[in-house]
Amino acid sequence: MKHAFSPQKPALLALADGTVYRGHAFGAETLESGEVCFNTSLSGYQEILTDPSYAGQIVCMTYTQIGNVGVNPEDSESSRVFLSGFVVKERFEAPSNWRATGTLDGYLREAGVPGIAGIDTRALVRRIRDGGAQSGVLSTDPASQDADALVARARKAPGLDGRDLVAEVTCKAAYDWSEGHWPGISGELPRRERPNPRLRLVAYDFGIKRNILRMLVEEGFDITVVPAATTAEDALALEPDAIFLSNGPGDPAAVEGVRENVRILAEHKPMFGICLGHQILGLALGGQTRKLKFGHHGGNQPGKDLATGKVAICAENHGYAVDADSLREAGEPVEITHVNLNDDTVEGLAHRTRPLFSVQYHPEASPGPHDAAYFFGRFRELTLRTKQGQAVAGLDIAQGR
Amino acid sequence: MPKRTDIETILVIGSGPIVIGQACEFDYSGTQACKALREEGYRVVLLNSNPATIMTDPETADRTYIEPMTIDSVEKIIERERPEVILPTIGGQTALNLAVDLAEGGVLERHGVSLIGANLESIMKAEDRDLFRKAMQRIGLKLPASGYATSVAEAREIVKETGIPAIIRPSFTLGGTGGSVAMHDSEFDRQVEWALKQSPRHQCLIEQSALGWKEYELEVMRDVADNVVIICSIENLDPMGVHTGDSITVAPAQTLTDKEYQVMRDAAVAIIREIGVDTGGSNIQFAVNPKDGSLVVIEMNPRVSRSSALASKATGFPIAKIAAKLAVGYTLDEIRNDITRETPASFEPTIDYVVTKLPRFTFEKFPGADDVLTTQMKSVGEAMAIGRTFKESLQKAVRSLETGHAGFDPPNIPEGQDALEFLWSRIDTPRPERLWAIAEVFRRGVSVEEVYERSAIDPWFLRNLEEIVAFEFALRDLPASERVSRLRSAKQLGFSDHRLGELWGLSETEVRSLRIEAGIVPVYKRVDTCAAEFEAHTPYLYSTYEDECEANPTDRKKIMILGGGPNRIGQGIEFDYCCVHAAFALSEAGYETIMVNCNPETVSTDYDTSDRLYFEPLTLEDVLAIARLEKPHGVIVQFGGQTPLRLAMALEREGVPILGTSPDAIDRAEDRERFDALLGQLRLKRPPSGIARSVDEAVGVAARVGYPVLVRPSYVLGGRAMQIVQDADSLRDYMRFAVEASPEHPILIDRFLADATEVDVDAICDGKLVVVGGIMEHIEEAGVHSGDSACSLPPYSLPKRVLAEIEDATRRLALEIGVCGLMNVQYAVKGEDVYVLEVNPRASRTVPFVSKAIGRPLAKLAARTMAGESLEALGFTEAIVPSHFSVKEAVLPFLKFPNVDTLLGPEMKSTGEVMGIDSEFGRAYAKSQIQAGNSLPTKGCVLVSVRPEDHDRIADAIAELAEMGFQVVATEGTARTLKDRGIEVAVVNKVREGSPHVVDAIESGRVDLVINTVGPDPSAVKDSFSIRRVSLMKGVPYFTTVAAGRAASGAIRALRAATIGVRSLQEIHRS
Repeated sequence: MKHAFSPQKPALLALADGTVYRGHAFGAETLESGEVCFNTSLSGYQEILTDPSYAGQIVCMTYTQIGNVGVNPEDSESSRVFLSGFVVKERFEAPSNWRATGTLDGYLREAGVPGIAGIDTRALVRRIRDGGAQSGVLSTDPASQDADALVARARKAPGLDGRDLVAEVTCKAAYDWSEGHWPGISGELPRRERPNPRLRLVAYDFGIKRNILRMLVEEGFDITVVPAATTAEDALALEPDAIFLSNGPGDPAAVEGVRENVRILAEHKPMFGICLGHQILGLALGGQTRKLKFGHHGGNQPGKDLATGKVAICAENHGYAVDADSLREAGEPVEITHVNLNDDTVEGLAHRTRPLFSVQYHPEASPGPHDAAYFFGRFRELTLRTKQGQAVAGLDIAQGR
Repeated sequence: MPKRTDIETILVIGSGPIVIGQACEFDYSGTQACKALREEGYRVVLLNSNPATIMTDPETADRTYIEPMTIDSVEKIIERERPEVILPTIGGQTALNLAVDLAEGGVLERHGVSLIGANLESIMKAEDRDLFRKAMQRIGLKLPASGYATSVAEAREIVKETGIPAIIRPSFTLGGTGGSVAMHDSEFDRQVEWALKQSPRHQCLIEQSALGWKEYELEVMRDVADNVVIICSIENLDPMGVHTGDSITVAPAQTLTDKEYQVMRDAAVAIIREIGVDTGGSNIQFAVNPKDGSLVVIEMNPRVSRSSALASKATGFPIAKIAAKLAVGYTLDEIRNDITRETPASFEPTIDYVVTKLPRFTFEKFPGADDVLTTQMKSVGEAMAIGRTFKESLQKAVRSLETGHAGFDPPNIPEGQDALEFLWSRIDTPRPERLWAIAEVFRRGVSVEEVYERSAIDPWFLRNLEEIVAFEFALRDLPASERVSRLRSAKQLGFSDHRLGELWGLSETEVRSLRIEAGIVPVYKRVDTCAAEFEAHTPYLYSTYEDECEANPTDRKKIMILGGGPNRIGQGIEFDYCCVHAAFALSEAGYETIMVNCNPETVSTDYDTSDRLYFEPLTLEDVLAIARLEKPHGVIVQFGGQTPLRLAMALEREGVPILGTSPDAIDRAEDRERFDALLGQLRLKRPPSGIARSVDEAVGVAARVGYPVLVRPSYVLGGRAMQIVQDADSLRDYMRFAVEASPEHPILIDRFLADATEVDVDAICDGKLVVVGGIMEHIEEAGVHSGDSACSLPPYSLPKRVLAEIEDATRRLALEIGVCGLMNVQYAVKGEDVYVLEVNPRASRTVPFVSKAIGRPLAKLAARTMAGESLEALGFTEAIVPSHFSVKEAVLPFLKFPNVDTLLGPEMKSTGEVMGIDSEFGRAYAKSQIQAGNSLPTKGCVLVSVRPEDHDRIADAIAELAEMGFQVVATEGTARTLKDRGIEVAVVNKVREGSPHVVDAIESGRVDLVINTVGPDPSAVKDSFSIRRVSLMKGVPYFTTVAAGRAASGAIRALRAATIGVRSLQEIHRS
């Protein structure tokens, strides 16, 4: 039994509004800044750590016991940890799970990302909820624990607005992806065979999560993942049956050189976007995006399909949303197909005449419930029918036509 | 979809009496459902035989039937009330089974009534294990290898496939009654036989044991539009093999990755769809192999359950209320979340704390009962605690349980036994208090790995416990000067002041002073369903040691009500009922009400019941902290049983104002010496008595008052350790046991009044006026604990003069003691003499029964008098003597405890009660017997075997039965007396006289009624044990006192004379 009073290293989280939280350090010994947000998922911290959409953010988990199941190679959503800092109530160092190969602490240390534990995370969450998302600085550097200095630094830290984070997280070169779902476990519901015929897909990587790729593979797509800056011409040269626009971090309006390509591609190919991809499609169609007060980050959000009336409990992770009015004003024949029932945010779009649709939340889940996985089936159907020469619109699929 | 408009009247079926496996969680869910349905404008008709519920308050439904829960009653109710639909999913297994019977018996079809919430097909699919297995196979999910048996021979075939150990699960039983784990071939046949007997369908499942696998539960809800949400995941600390009701459970699940959790979630969604539960909640249990994550489905309950009540309290999502709304056609997205107000119910709650539930056992009440925990539930209650971390919530749960532990104190090692050997014996086999044994082996240097190997408890839980123990070591070794510096960390880990005092050799008060001086006080966080993502509008709070406090006390005039804590025998739903009434009444009177309780099953811990709810342990430390923050105008300690009463003095000393009867007045009634003086002053009689603090003193007192004596420790509830002792030797034995049981309290010794009639009185006093609420005459004679005895209101045999004397004595006692609020007095009447047995200046177990019998809410009236109103102002100035008879009967848990004698005695053993109401005593008694599962025959064979003193006393009753055509069989001595009286009797051997004997006769099924009394002689008790046990097993109604036997024969006469009708409370009390 280890002695209970083993010394804890100090850590400090400073917010731009002047609030400071003192706790214990874990992960890397360093100092990072980012926009502070909270995630309400009870499980899946490893997926959150490795979700490129969190680039530039310090994430606070609302659930209080983090680290229980350690980390393992299967549960990474990308090649590395992307968020800037990690905030938890209690970190558990001795993982208990048959798949665990490492600890949370070791994982963050290796990734060079700082963590803070032992603070009143609920107080932090309430502050963000009431005051809105704001910049913060997380220091695990013992030499840099001065509250005033860190608050000053937080105030100077760049927010997410106007920052093109996609350029930082997208892949450097195109690659093919063919890996499907994890092996799973004995006793789970039977899985479907991958359908035929195979379809060719070009997926734009704005910070893509692996589970999106896995879900698309399971839907029979052969995928080439391309960097965000890939031109429409280059993408079309790959002769895809469809284009996919991935999730990604930050302010969609600030992503450079993508909107025009998407606009061109949308005239030629069926297209499906998730999260940032959805926002970029919205922008390409002439709409605008706006920043939400503190966003939606969690696995328990109600996403209503307006065509079927059914509510999917879904994983969401976005600080921006497409503005519904701006789309209507732009005059593009686009319908809102999904809304978040908590605050009526636009969560899904479909085009009335062209084979385009998109969703703000994460049908690939990971972490989160699988209720919205049907989007991938819809994408396959849209692609297949278009390929077969039918004139099918995104809205047709959304409305079951 | 909007609500259904083709429905006007809904019949809601409750769960009947509290039994092990089905407790007040169904009062909570039933009350919520009734309220929700009435809110929607439906007319609600309710059937529930349990008077101690809020659900059966006449205000809860439009028509309330406290009647037997039989097909016959339901049909009569349907004929009278014409409901279009029946809601059977909020009344536990009882309601569900009744619904199946109604459907299969053609009653539903005959009256054009349909089920809502779940249809017959889905109930059958979920409940019939064979159909369930097939359904799971259809959707590709796995169950443990198993097979169905309807005979021992079939079972033997199946076990060849599953192997030993195997789990035996009878079909259609609640709380796993009759279930067991066969560990050895030698026990297998006997266990199967037992299971088959317990199953109403004479069927059981023999199942491959997943012993040692991790066990999980998901609470699932579905609406008519097929939207499905998971309200809560629960992980059992105790691995498979221990019934989930007996397991320590934790929410949310702790040791699953998201991928694994989602596999389970997907499976749960597929299951509820396949089973076809159209609307409402279900509980689905899974087992997970810790080595490779393999998943098997264990079972599904297509209804709200104990776990759904826990999940509701754990998350703030009111499952039963929402289930009721879904049942009438709403979809989840059409229902608002009460707590956030702005978001819909179509979401999955997320929590930012850890919830731990600990079961509460009462094996000490059932000598001979096996305390090994298996698949059959044995606990009688539970405590839940909320903390920001598991360690904090676990330690809070430990002190919430009120089993004498303020933390993980070292267990006593029996003298002469090897410590580790003893501890391992408590770890290898699951028993209550296993965690204390584990904590102790950690102290002795055993590793987590080794404990895991032997207990299969997930290392995550073990490591947390190890951290607590390690921290204790470190705390203990601290120099006094450094204690304060670690105090905050200690409190964050959940250590109580009391436990810290134990570690530091300080008193609890000293630790508290140290702590408060250092400014270390708890803050309160809200339970809000959403981890603070949205603002919470309901002050449902729990304590923790952090920075920000969200309690935001108001400056309204407020009253704090202390609840009863975990259910146990002697302190259960009746007290919760009183607390809830206090909240309602004081709210009506304009006060802000604050409830403090830690029992997740109850109505009191519904955030709707009071203005503010603190889900906290009922210890001095935790209550004081709330009182200091809220500064209530007064605290009510009278209504929650002994739990809050025990705190009264200390709270008052700390300056907390106690409402109603003063703690000193309470002490005057509880303290024997002061009480004796009081009685002397009032010239009231009591049995000769004395107090003893040592063995010798006890023998001396007993010699003075004369044997037989009634002995018990002072300050106990439910007759804990109460015994009738015949001689000095037995007294010495008793003292050794009892004094050890409670060293700080003296022993009370009373002369036992044999063959006296006991009387219970509930009264209210406002300081000036005393109004008797009800006088209850016990059916069983003195010597049987009042909680286990049937009773009649009004009395059915006592003369007017005696009743007047009792009323007068009650009045004088209340005024002299200075009662403000409720008071309960127990009397014994022997001949013309009235003796006072005890006075309890507080709410009693019978308050709900009396309230329903007389049609006035005693607890509400009492609460208002405590807040300063006069009885006159409240319009309650005269005793009400109803024209109908109400009989309360106790419900006993003996079926759950094989090898335990079913004889009644001074120690309370019942878990619940039922109420029979009729214009005639006989019929009311008959109804109460039907409800208690002791359905009386109207013809057939009665078997009589009574002790010599009772031969004459029982003869009249037997003559009456014989006259009604009953065949009479008796053992020899009894038979002789009966023959002398001219009754035709067949003689049967006593057991020791050899076969064919009395037990063979019962076994053979020829006997329809058993009357068996036995004297105090242990050998006679032992001899007749099998008579009672076999009667119970065979489901033959049996009576173990002459008085009850007599009442039974009267009831049979009444049953033969006319069929039993049903009447609602609202009709009965219409005047």
